[in-house]
Amino acid sequence: MNRNLPRIVPAVSLTALGLLYLPLLAVAAVSLNASRYSVRWGGFSFRWYARLASNALVLEAARNTLVLALVSTLLATLLGTALALGLRRFPWPRWFSGLLDSFVYIPVVTPDIVFAVGMLLVFETARRVFGGLRLGLATMIVAHVTFQISFVALVVASRLATIGRTVEEAARDLYASSWYTLRHVTLPLLVPGIVAAGLLAFTLSIDDFVISFFTSGPTSVTLPIYIYGSLRRGITPEVHALSTVIFLVTVLLVVLLQLVVRGPKEE
Amino acid sequence: MNRLVIWYGELAGSRRLTWRGLALIGLPLVWIAVMLVAPLGAMALWAFATRGPLGDIQWTWTLDNFRRLAGWDMFGWTGAYLSIFGRTVLVAAVTTALSVAISYPLAFFIATRRPLSRYLLLTLVIIPFCTNLVIRTYAWMLMLGNQMPFARLAQWLGLIEPARALYPSAFALYLGMVTNSLPFAVLPLYTNVEKLDWGIVEASQDLYSRPVGTFLHAILPQTLPGLSTAVILTFIPAMGAFVIPDILGGGKSWLLGNLIQHQFGVSRDFPFGAAVSLVLTLLTLAAFAAGRGRGEETILP
Repeated sequence: MNRNLPRIVPAVSLTALGLLYLPLLAVAAVSLNASRYSVRWGGFSFRWYARLASNALVLEAARNTLVLALVSTLLATLLGTALALGLRRFPWPRWFSGLLDSFVYIPVVTPDIVFAVGMLLVFETARRVFGGLRLGLATMIVAHVTFQISFVALVVASRLATIGRTVEEAARDLYASSWYTLRHVTLPLLVPGIVAAGLLAFTLSIDDFVISFFTSGPTSVTLPIYIYGSLRRGITPEVHALSTVIFLVTVLLVVLLQLVVRGPKEE
Repeated sequence: MNRLVIWYGELAGSRRLTWRGLALIGLPLVWIAVMLVAPLGAMALWAFATRGPLGDIQWTWTLDNFRRLAGWDMFGWTGAYLSIFGRTVLVAAVTTALSVAISYPLAFFIATRRPLSRYLLLTLVIIPFCTNLVIRTYAWMLMLGNQMPFARLAQWLGLIEPARALYPSAFALYLGMVTNSLPFAVLPLYTNVEKLDWGIVEASQDLYSRPVGTFLHAILPQTLPGLSTAVILTFIPAMGAFVIPDILGGGKSWLLGNLIQHQFGVSRDFPFGAAVSLVLTLLTLAAFAAGRGRGEETILP
């Protein structure tokens, strides 16, 4: 079989990967630099990391970030998977499934900032009408779940499309009940899709700055908001250390999840 | 009416299937519906209000915000806001084109490796995708700083003045935008290429097709679903970008996102911000409808 790629393909690919990592590695290098005011090398030091661990604001922000991501991912994965199954595995009339599809697409096709503004205005309106509503972790969770559901539904639905209907039909032909088919045929086949969707949802939540920025209150600062704020206030070397820690956590998370989802299996 | 249908090998009443389906989609659908309709409604409500002299909101039903956006203010007509519109569409389009053009070969490169290196490369693409936007953008800011090698090289070549950094500039803006959306474009393309039927490619070669012909007729059509997803996932976020233009593009290259953020931050003019957001929403929905209307036949299996 001839799968030889043109010579330019590896060149473009490796350059692109390099561009993705070069700046992040630079931040990591600078975070280990002992000197404060310059990118000139002043010796190797972990002092900025030590400072970080005793920074109450940073620890609080880290806690907020994790709570937000975990709660919203759990909710969104459940809701989104149910939505995908319901959308793809039932004989809806054409107009209805078309309508549902475009409905699911709306949060995906809405730019973050529009979505964030919409959410903020809803909360703001609710505050004016009912009073008492404060922006904080709860409003952020509602906002995050709303955009995550669609992404989960889309990923799971595409996995459902890949599975096709033959295996499930075979199960039914062999007298499996619809519940048994769902439990022992569809869901096991779907697991990679669901885990991938959950990973994507978690990622989107942690990666999200814009929606959190608009819907957060003074007590619910997350790490990205903290870093953005420090870009305004002036960068301290601690921010380099913090960025590097977040980056390393991300790397660890992705590697772990990759091991769970795919595993370097033989083909 | 309860018709009997054969559905996935099961003989079932249509009514029963409908109830089962509704039980699954009910809750998530209500959530999405409420949380989509409500923001749109709120946006529409606020867009027709005005900000009073003391920063209070007056619920006047006026088109002033939209008139201001189109360029008419109390001093006459200016094209400032319209040029922000034009620039936003341009930046988003260029970003999408570059990202997809780079991601396409990258997806093929990854998909044709041996399993272990494919797995490692994929992980390498997913990691930046999971890394926070603010961190990645700041990383570029550091990388393009005036003492770093890139800026030194540009200074030496005379491309920028001595001691200047490479940001804020259009170059930094596009670098940030493209590297930001690269993983978004690679992942859908990769999932598509991974499933590519190489038998068709082989068949075209057996039938003496030239490489260009093989690409156009045996490879490209198979990757259209991935391509359309990649374009959507790149273009839409690019239209609303504000962190990257804010940090890397500088004040001269404001995009719609910056305009909106300014209204909710510094100016505290929520009604005008709502109006701009509403227009941006309609713009992206229109773009999406156009793209989806075209891609429909190829998206469906």
